[in-house]
Amino acid sequence: MTTQTRDWAAFAVPTPDGGCRLELAVEGITCAACIGDIERGIGRMPGIRSARLNYTTRRLAVDWTVDASDPTRIVTTLERLGYRAHPFDPGRRSAEEEAETRRLLRAMAVAGFAAMNVMLFSVSIWAGNATDITGETRDLFHWLSAFIALPAAAYAGQPFFESAGRALRALRTNMDVPISIGIVGTLALSLWQTARGEPEAYFDSAVMLLFFLLLGRFLDQNMRRRTRSVAENVAALRAETAARVAPDGTVREVPLSKVDPGDRVLVRPGERVSVDGVVETGASDIDQSLVTGETNHVGVGPGDRVYAGTLNITGALTVQVTAATEGTLLAEVNRLLEAAAQAKSSYMRLADRVARLYAPVVHTAALATFLGWIALGTDWRHALVIAVSVLIITCPCALALAIPAVQVVASGQLFRRGVLLHAGDAIERLAAADVVAFDKTGTLTLPEPAILDADRIDPAVLAAAGRLALSSRHPLGMALARAARADRPLPSATERPGEGVEAMVDGELEQLGSAQFCGADEWAVAALLARHPEASMVAYRRGNRPPVLFAFDQGLRPDAIDVVADLRAAGLKLEIISGDRPGPVAAIAEKLGIADALAGQHPADKIARLEALHQQGHKVLMVGDGLNDAPALAAAHVSLSPVTAVHLSQASADALFLGNRLRPVYDAIRTARAAKGAMVQNLWIAVIYNVIAVPLAVAGYVTPLIAALAMSGSSIIVTVNALRLRWGDAGAPQPPASQPPIPDRLRRLADAEAA
Amino acid sequence: MEVLVFLIPVALALGALGLVAFLWSLRSGQYDDLDGAKWRILNDDDVAAEREPQDNDPT
Repeated sequence: MTTQTRDWAAFAVPTPDGGCRLELAVEGITCAACIGDIERGIGRMPGIRSARLNYTTRRLAVDWTVDASDPTRIVTTLERLGYRAHPFDPGRRSAEEEAETRRLLRAMAVAGFAAMNVMLFSVSIWAGNATDITGETRDLFHWLSAFIALPAAAYAGQPFFESAGRALRALRTNMDVPISIGIVGTLALSLWQTARGEPEAYFDSAVMLLFFLLLGRFLDQNMRRRTRSVAENVAALRAETAARVAPDGTVREVPLSKVDPGDRVLVRPGERVSVDGVVETGASDIDQSLVTGETNHVGVGPGDRVYAGTLNITGALTVQVTAATEGTLLAEVNRLLEAAAQAKSSYMRLADRVARLYAPVVHTAALATFLGWIALGTDWRHALVIAVSVLIITCPCALALAIPAVQVVASGQLFRRGVLLHAGDAIERLAAADVVAFDKTGTLTLPEPAILDADRIDPAVLAAAGRLALSSRHPLGMALARAARADRPLPSATERPGEGVEAMVDGELEQLGSAQFCGADEWAVAALLARHPEASMVAYRRGNRPPVLFAFDQGLRPDAIDVVADLRAAGLKLEIISGDRPGPVAAIAEKLGIADALAGQHPADKIARLEALHQQGHKVLMVGDGLNDAPALAAAHVSLSPVTAVHLSQASADALFLGNRLRPVYDAIRTARAAKGAMVQNLWIAVIYNVIAVPLAVAGYVTPLIAALAMSGSSIIVTVNALRLRWGDAGAPQPPASQPPIPDRLRRLADAEAA
Repeated sequence: MEVLVFLIPVALALGALGLVAFLWSLRSGQYDDLDGAKWRILNDDDVAAEREPQDNDPT
C-alpha cells in the first residue's frame, strides 16, 4: 500500500482558524534524537504551522494551512526520514475523557491550594489554643479559613456532588453520597460555629478530605487513560482503514468511519478485511481465525460473504459493503455484546457495596444522637452540633481512600508487568476468579504463525528465503522473514499476487510461494502434512535445485505450559472454549494438560458455557482475542485480552496484556489477589477507627484536635497499607513499550530500500 | 499582632501565585508529554537555526 493511494485528507480535522490538524501514531521512535529529527524535518516544509511530537504517547500532531501543504507530503516526508506514520480515525477519538482528566487536575490544584492555606491558619489556632491566642484573632483566622475553603470546596467538590446527585436521582446510593454529605455538613457546621464565635471550626478537615479524594480519582483516571492510549496506538498501527473504490475506479484509503453500506472496497492479499460484505469480483482464500477461531482457510468467490476482521490470503477482492443488518456476524456479535454488558452491570463495586451499608448506619447514628441528646434535655443547638460532629468523625476519609489507594498501587504494578487495566474495579473481580476460560487461537497460541522444525533447516537457505520473503505481503512470507531475521530485501523482487514472489539473484531465479508455484513434489508435501497435520506451508526454490518446504503453525505462547501449571497451582480450574475444530483444540489441550476443552463453539455457545459455570457458582476469568470472543469477554465475570486482539474484543475486556507471553495472566491474578487482601484490610482499619471514634463523638467528647489526629492518622495508615503491596516488588520487569509488530518494521525497511 | 495585617495577605498571595502558575502550565500543555520534556532540554534547535542555513524544500 503506498501513501499516495490513501486519502489522508479524510483523517485530517479542520481547526477553527481555517487550518488543518492531523494526528498520527508514529512508529520507530526509539530515542530522544527522533523528536528533533521529526519536528525539524516536518517544520521545514512550507505551510506547516506547528509539528509537535508527544514522546510519551508516540503521537505527532501537525497543524498546517490548507492551501500551502497537504497531508500526503507530510507522510512521505516522515517516511523519507525513516518513520512510518499511521493516522487516527477521527470518528473514533474521544476528547471527553481528556477534558475530564484536566478538570480533575484543576480541581485537585484548587483543593490543594485551599488545604495548605487553611492548614496554615489551623496550626496557628491549635498552637494559639495551647498558649494565649485572643478570641478576636481566632475569629479572624476562622473567617479567613471560611473565605478560602467555601469557594474552593464549591469548585473542587463538583465531581463528587455531581456523581452523588446522579446516584440520588436514580434512587441509588454510592460512595459519593456520604462524601458529599460529610463535606457539606462539615462546612455548614464550621460556618455556623464561626458565626457564633465558637473556638472550633473544621474547614481544614473538609478541604483536606477533598484534596485526598481528588488525588485518588485523578490517579484512577490516569490509569485508564494510559491503557486507552496504548490500545489506540496499536489500533492505528494496524491501520483500521478500508480501500474504497470510487465510481471512477480510483482507489483511496479512508478511515472506517467514512465507509458506508453500498460502497465498494478493495481488499488486497495479505490485508485484513475491514468490513462485512459480499465479494463482487475476485477469488481468494480467507483466514477466519480471528473471527471464528477456525484455523482452516476458506475459499471465497463472487457472491460469497466476507466478515470484518478476517485475513485475505491469496487474491485481491472487490467487496460490496453490506449494511450491518440483523443476521450478519458483526450485528450478532454486537447484539450478544450488549446483552452481556447489561448483565454485568448488576455487579456492584466493593466500595459501593460498603457505602450502601455504611451510609444508612452513619445517618441513623447521627439522627439517633441528635434525638438522644434532646431527650436528655439538652439545648437543640448543642444537640445539633454533636450530631454533626458524629457525621464529621465518620466522614469516610479512610474509607474513601481505602479502595482507590490500593487500586492505584496495584494498577501500577500490573502496568510494569504488561497488564493494562480498563477499569479499577477489575482488580476486585480478578481476585474473585476461580475458573479461567481460554480461547485458543491467538490467546494460548501466538497471534502470528511461527516456523516449525527450525533446527532441521539449513541456515543459509533460511537466510536466502527470508530475504526474498521480505518482499511478500503474505502472512506466511512475513513470518518467514521474521524467522530468518532478514532485514535487507532483494531490490529485484516482484510479487505475483496469489502465487508468491520471485527475484533474479546472481543469474539464478529464486522463487518463494505455494508448493505448486515452486514445483515441489507432491510426496514431499504429503510427508510434511503427515508430520504436522495442522501446518500451512511455503516453498522456496533456487535455480534448478530441489525446492525446500517450510512448515508454519500458530505455536503456543512460549511460556504457556509453565503459566498453565502455575495457574493450576494457584487453585484455578482451567478450560478451553474455542471456535476452532476439535482436532487442533484437543492437541493444544493435551499439550497443556487441560481436561475441559470445548471446540467448535459459536459466540452464543461460549456465553452459554459461561452462564453454566456461573450457575454452578463459579466466577470466570475469560481470556480471548477474537471477534467471536467479544460477547464472552463482556459476559464473563472478568476478562483479559491480548493487545493484538480485534478492537471490539479490546473494548469489551477489562484489561489488556502486552507481549508474546502468557505470564501476565498469572501475574494479573496474583497481584489482584494481593490487592484484594489489602483492600479488605483497609476497610477493616476504617471500620475499627469508626468503632472507636463514633462512641466518643456520640458522647460529645470529640475535640477538634482529636478529630484531626484520628482522621489523618487513619488515612495515613490506609495509604501505607496500600503501599505495602509494592514492598519486594522493585525488581519487577519493565513493561514492553508499545512496540510496533515486527512485520511492520520490516516492511518499513523494505520500503526504505526500494525508494 | 499588627504584623498579621500584611503578613496574611502576603502569604495568601504567594499561595495563589503558585496556584495560578500551575493552572497556567496545565493550560499550556506542559503536562501532556512528561517523558518528552526531559529529552527536549538536550535539543538545541534554537541555536542551530541561527547557525545553519535552512534546507531546501525537502520533497
